[in-house]
Amino acid sequence: MKKCLEGSNAIAHVVNSCKPGVVSAYPITPQTHIVEDLSKLNADGESGFEFVRAESEFAAASIVLGASATGVRSYTATSSQGLLLMTEVLFTIAGMRLPMVMTCANRAVSAPINIWNDQQDSMTVRDSGWIMLYAEDNQEAVDLHPVAFKVSEQLRLPVMINVDGFILTHTYQGLDIPTAKELAAFLPEYVPQKGQILDVKNPVSLGCFATPSDYMEIREDLYIDLKNSTKILKKELANYKKMFKRGSSELVEYYGDKKAKTVFVAMGSVVGTIKDAVDELNEEGKSVAVVKVKCFRPMPEAELLSKLTNAKNIAVVDKSISLGKEGILATEIKSICRQKNQKIQSFITGLGGRDITKKMIKGIYKKVLSKDNKIVFVKK
Amino acid sequence: MKINITVKPGTSKEVKTGNWRTYQPIIDHDKCIACGTCARVCPEGCVFPVGEKALQGKVFYEKDLDYCKGCGICAAECPVKCIEMKLEEK
Repeated sequence: MKKCLEGSNAIAHVVNSCKPGVVSAYPITPQTHIVEDLSKLNADGESGFEFVRAESEFAAASIVLGASATGVRSYTATSSQGLLLMTEVLFTIAGMRLPMVMTCANRAVSAPINIWNDQQDSMTVRDSGWIMLYAEDNQEAVDLHPVAFKVSEQLRLPVMINVDGFILTHTYQGLDIPTAKELAAFLPEYVPQKGQILDVKNPVSLGCFATPSDYMEIREDLYIDLKNSTKILKKELANYKKMFKRGSSELVEYYGDKKAKTVFVAMGSVVGTIKDAVDELNEEGKSVAVVKVKCFRPMPEAELLSKLTNAKNIAVVDKSISLGKEGILATEIKSICRQKNQKIQSFITGLGGRDITKKMIKGIYKKVLSKDNKIVFVKK
Repeated sequence: MKINITVKPGTSKEVKTGNWRTYQPIIDHDKCIACGTCARVCPEGCVFPVGEKALQGKVFYEKDLDYCKGCGICAAECPVKCIEMKLEEK
């Protein structure tokens, strides 16, 4: 049954349905409502997890690291400066192969201080070894959480689910929230591998020292497992779709004119706006489409390549930037599509919560058709 | 995941880490008053009573060079300064 819920509240409820053992977090806008609602569920006796209040995001990440190391399902959420404060621990969690799920309510990074949405926070930690998923709307955000827990625990890789701050977290939508009972058939209880967790009856050391003779092999192992995780991700997305009759099993989605010569590439909630703009452009007889990147790490290269192979003009819409270079997604797309007759242009937009309108998307469409191929800041 | 990145605990029994040391403590048993401060402050827990009694009837202390890293805390804390840190020739 659909309920009208705020994005954050819906995420809190689906996380509770996934039955984590430990939740630890430190409040930060725009993530606050998620952990506030989880804390309330806990205080009201409607949850089975232990909620650990932390004194910083560094502590919160360290607490869930420790919790996961003891073999319980663990969850945290953060945003912006909080994610950056967690950075050191994020690398450690992935390197120690500890499964967990984090929701990142994407927000701009200081300075200047700004609490509104862009994706600079998560894009900055893209090399940490986490699976990184981006939700387009709140229903997708909700549905990604059970899938994330399942994939994370199967592969022993942490998963970060990115939801655009305010645009998704503070927006009310009619949403279907799976109950714990409904999820039981999809998401089994977490059973950690024997001898891989902290257990007084079978003591082992975790997170050990590795000398130059072992370190590279261990990092390569992590690289291979992360790279290959697309298979399991697609399989579990398909299982979820089959069971709950919604969503998509694809990591890269295509929308619009099937033979489009001009294609937008984007991630997160902006895809919705682009879809509307694409509809209007298609009605005007223009051959346009949008490719939505749902999974940024691992980068689904083959899927992207197959969906962009006919495009002549590719407009990559980034809500983050690698200062001194260009849009981060643009660099990635350029490394995948290497046809000589393809133009790939980087458009930076929506930084620090600047609204992205259909008019701006149509402006991008005009610019990508021109000969100029410089990075463009789309401000209005 | 092909590589097991956990290890069994207790490896310090097999791996002798004393070779990290540059200076080694030399204890002058004539000056030692057997107060036990060196044993209490040792971060490696590798200073221990040897059981031999001094003239005053007190028990001497010695160090386990298999694990002593030569940090010198024992020498700095000794109330009678009977521990000298000497450069170890290897």
